[in-house]
Amino acid sequence: MSHFIDRRLNPKGKSLGNRQRFFRRAKSQIKDAVNKSLRDRSVKELEQSGKISIPSKSTAEPRFRLDGASGKRQHVHPGNKEFTTGDRLRKPPQGGGQGGGKDASDSGDGEDNFSFTLTQEEFLDIFFEDLELPNLVKTSLKEMTAWKWRRAGVTVAGAPTNLNLLRTMRNAHGRRLALKRPSTAEVNELKERLFNLERIAQPNEEQRAEIKEVLARLEELEARRRWAPYIDPLDVRYNAFAPQPEPTTAAVMFCLMDVSGSMGEREKDLAKRFYMLLYLFLQKRYEKVDVVFIRHTHHAEEVDEETFFYSRQSGGTIVSTAIEVMQEIQRDRYPTQDWNIYVAQASDGYTQSGDAQRCVQLLNEEVLPILQYYAYIEILDEREMDVFSDPDAGAELWRAYRSIDDERFAQTRIAHPRDIFPVFRELFSKEKKGKAA
Amino acid sequence: MSATPKSDLLWNEGAWTFSDLQHAFDAIEDIGLNDLGLDVYPNQIEIITSEQMLDAYSSHGMPLMYRHWSFGKAFARDSMNYQKGYTGLAYEIVINSDPCIAYLMEENSMTMQALVMAHACFGHNHFFKNNYLFRQWTDASAILSYLDFAKKYISRCEDEYGWEEVERTLDAAHALQDQGVFRYNRPPKLSQSEQMEKVMARVEHERETFNDLWRTLPQREEDDATAEARLGEVRNIKLPEENILYFVEKASPSLRPWQRELIRIVRNVSQYFYPQKQTKVMNEGCATFVHHYIMNELHRRGQITDGAILEFLHSHSSVVFQPEFDDRRYSGINPYALGFAMMEDIVRIVTDPTDEDREWFPAMAGHGDWRSELRYAWENFRDESFIQQYLSPKVIRDFRLFALGDDGRKPYYRVEAIHDEQGYRDARNALASMYDLGMHEPNLQVVGADLEGDRTLKIRHTVYQDRVLDKKTQEAVMVHLKYLWGYDVQLTQDKQEG
Repeated sequence: MSHFIDRRLNPKGKSLGNRQRFFRRAKSQIKDAVNKSLRDRSVKELEQSGKISIPSKSTAEPRFRLDGASGKRQHVHPGNKEFTTGDRLRKPPQGGGQGGGKDASDSGDGEDNFSFTLTQEEFLDIFFEDLELPNLVKTSLKEMTAWKWRRAGVTVAGAPTNLNLLRTMRNAHGRRLALKRPSTAEVNELKERLFNLERIAQPNEEQRAEIKEVLARLEELEARRRWAPYIDPLDVRYNAFAPQPEPTTAAVMFCLMDVSGSMGEREKDLAKRFYMLLYLFLQKRYEKVDVVFIRHTHHAEEVDEETFFYSRQSGGTIVSTAIEVMQEIQRDRYPTQDWNIYVAQASDGYTQSGDAQRCVQLLNEEVLPILQYYAYIEILDEREMDVFSDPDAGAELWRAYRSIDDERFAQTRIAHPRDIFPVFRELFSKEKKGKAA
Repeated sequence: MSATPKSDLLWNEGAWTFSDLQHAFDAIEDIGLNDLGLDVYPNQIEIITSEQMLDAYSSHGMPLMYRHWSFGKAFARDSMNYQKGYTGLAYEIVINSDPCIAYLMEENSMTMQALVMAHACFGHNHFFKNNYLFRQWTDASAILSYLDFAKKYISRCEDEYGWEEVERTLDAAHALQDQGVFRYNRPPKLSQSEQMEKVMARVEHERETFNDLWRTLPQREEDDATAEARLGEVRNIKLPEENILYFVEKASPSLRPWQRELIRIVRNVSQYFYPQKQTKVMNEGCATFVHHYIMNELHRRGQITDGAILEFLHSHSSVVFQPEFDDRRYSGINPYALGFAMMEDIVRIVTDPTDEDREWFPAMAGHGDWRSELRYAWENFRDESFIQQYLSPKVIRDFRLFALGDDGRKPYYRVEAIHDEQGYRDARNALASMYDLGMHEPNLQVVGADLEGDRTLKIRHTVYQDRVLDKKTQEAVMVHLKYLWGYDVQLTQDKQEG
C-alpha cells in the first residue's frame, strides 16, 4: 500500500525561523565576522553571498564526553596491510586519540570555527545595521513637501470616476424605504390586473369601477415613484482623496571625481569602491536612488558611468567647476523637496591655487544647506598616508576643507582598499557623525 | 537491452513521471512482500526539492520539529556544504512513523527513485516495524502528532514566557539529552500515546480556561494535586537513576511547570532516536541489502534495462564503498558497507557454507532459508549483538580488520588482533564493543538529591577503563545542569570495582 504526495510546491524555507534564532544567538560574533571579512573583499563581491566563520564557542552545544586522551580503549579499522598482533605504532604527535578519527574531532570542540554562508541580503543587513543616514530625520521633518493622495472618506461632490457605488446605492435604498417608494413589482401587479380587466369585452358595472380604481391607484403610484426616484442626487457619494505630506524616499547621489592626470587607475578604483558602497547603502534606505557622475579637470561635465571610471582626460585641476556643475544639475532635475541629496567627492587633493578657497565658499554658502551629506575622500599614495598621519597636514584642498564646520560635511583619507569599509563605517556610524579624519 | 521487450519495462528513459513511480513501486512491493517476505507499515512517499531536503536535514530529518537555534546552525552548515559541493544530499530520508514517510528528491533519476523506494519504503520500513528496539522503545503511530504538539507547545511558551527563557531551558535540556534516555528499564507507567493525550488535554484545558483576571492574582503555577503527583513519582524513583533529565524534570526544586514540559519533550525526542543510534549498521545494512536484492530481481525479470542496472550499480557501489584506514577519505567504518557485507555473508553461510562456517555457525550454516534467517536477525539484534553473533571470519578477512589498543598513558598503539586464527574473536569483540553505546558514552547517574536539606544534587560518573570526562565540555554542561536544578550540583568520578 502506498500513496505519493507531491510536496514540491509546499512553501520552502521551513527552517527560516531556526536560522533567525541562530543569527540572534550568534549576533555579535556574526557582526564581527562580517566586518572582518569585508576587509578582504572587493565591492564587487558584495553583490554575492559570502562565507563567514565565527568562533564556534558562542554556538557550542556541549555534551558530556569522555576525554579522548584518557584511559584504555580499542578501535577497529579496515584495510590492514602489514601489521601483525603485538606491533606497536607510534601515536601521531600532539594529543592522543588520533587513531579513532571521530573521537579526536569530538573532543577538540571549542577551538575551531564554525563556517557558513550568508546571503547578500543578510550580509548587507548586518553590515549596514548600525549605520544611519546623517540628517535624515531633520530634513524629512523640515521639508515635508512631497504629497501623496490618500483616501479621505466620502463626499457629496466629485468626478464621476470617483463615484462610490456602494455608498450611493445604500443611501438610495434607505431613502426609498423611508419614503415608501412603490416597488416595480407592486406597479407590475396593478398593471397586470388592469390588463386582465381591460381584456374583458363587456365589463359589468363592478368591473368598470374596479378599472377606475386600479387606474387611480396606478397613477398615484407612478406619481409617488416620480416623486421618490430610484436614485436621487442626494444619494450620490464620491470617494474623497486628500493630499498628505510624505517624507521623500528618493535620493540622488552625485559622484564627483578628479580625472586629471594625477588620478591613476589605483585612485579611481578606490574611489569607485567607495561610491559603490555608498550606492548600496542608499539603496537599502531609499526607494529610489539616482546616480549622477560628474568628472572634472579644469572644467567639469556630466558623464555616464563607463566614461567616468575608465576614460582619461588631460588638463589642469579646478575642483570648483565640478561643484558648480553639480549645483546646476541639482537645480534642473533634483529639487530639494523631492530628493535627498548626497555628494561624494574623490580627489587626490590637488587643485589650482586659490580654487580651494572658492570651493569652501561654495560649499558653505550654497551647497551644504541643501544637502543631506557631503563626503570628501582624499585618495593618497600609500607612502603619503604615513606622512599625513596628522589631520592638519595635507594637500591644499584637504587643508581648506578642514575649515568647514558643518555636521553634514565629512572628509577622510584612503590609501588602501582595506581602508574603504572602516572609513565608510566611520562616516556613517550612529554614534559618531560629522568630521572624521 | 535490445533483448528485453519494451512492454515489460517499468519505465522509459528520461525524466520520471508519477505513473512511473507507481508502476515501479508496485513491482518493488511485489518482490519485497512476496519474495523477501517483508512486513512494512503503509508507505507515504513525498516528492520534495533539494531545498526542502536541506530543510528536513537540519531538524533530524523530521517533517516537523520545534524551533531552536541549533537546528538553524545545522541548516547553515549543511546548506553551505551542499552549495560548495563538499557533500551531496542524501537521496532519501525516511521516518520511523506509521504510515512510514519517505522523501524522494525530484532531482533523482527514475532508477534512483526505484533504488530509494526499495531502500527506504521496504528496507528501512521493515526494519522500523520489526526490530525489537524500535518496537519496544518507539511509538511509530504517535511520533508525528507528538512532534506537532511539541512544536506548538514550545512556540506558545515563547509567546507566553519570552524566547530567552525558553531558549535557555532548551539549551540546558539539549546539553543533557544524551543523559535523557532510559537504557535498561522501559519508561515508567504510561505508554507514550496516553502520555501525549494527557499533555495535550492539559494544554487545551489551560488555554480554554485562560482568564486574564487570574493574572492579577499572585501566581500559583502548579496546583497541589499536580505537585503531589510529581513528588510521589520522585519518591518512587529508585536511585541511582541513569536518566538524569528525567530525574531533574521530576525533582528539580526550581523549575516551573512549562519548563518541566520542555524537558519532557527533549527527553522524548532523544528517547525516540535512541534505537536509531544503536542500529546504524543493521538498519543501513538491511535497507542496502533489500534494495540490492530488489533491483537485481527487477533486472532479472526484465523490468529494468541494462542501462538502469548499471546506473544502479554505480550508486550502490559508492554507497557501500569502504576506504581503508590509511586512505584520505577514511572516516571510520562505513555502516552501509559493513551491514551489507554481513547480510550478504549470512546468505552465503546459509546457502553455501564452507567448513569454517560450519564450525563457527553450526546452527545456521547450510540450512538454506536465508530469508527467514535475515528476518530473524533484523528482528532480534542491535549493532553490538548482531556483530557479536554474525560477524564471520570471512568478513573480517575481506575488510582486513585489525584492532588497535589505545592506552592513554602510552605513546603508542598496540595492534591487538588482526584477521588471523587467533585474532578473529578478539577483533569481533573489539568491533562489537565499538558499537556498544555504553562503552562510549559516559556512564552518569543521579546518586542522591537532598530534597529536604540543602537540595544538593549528586551525580556520579562511573569510570570504566580509566576513561574520565572531558574537562571543558564537562564544565559547560554542569552550568546547564545547575540552571535546571537551581541549586548546587556535585559531580564525582568513581572507578568501577572489579
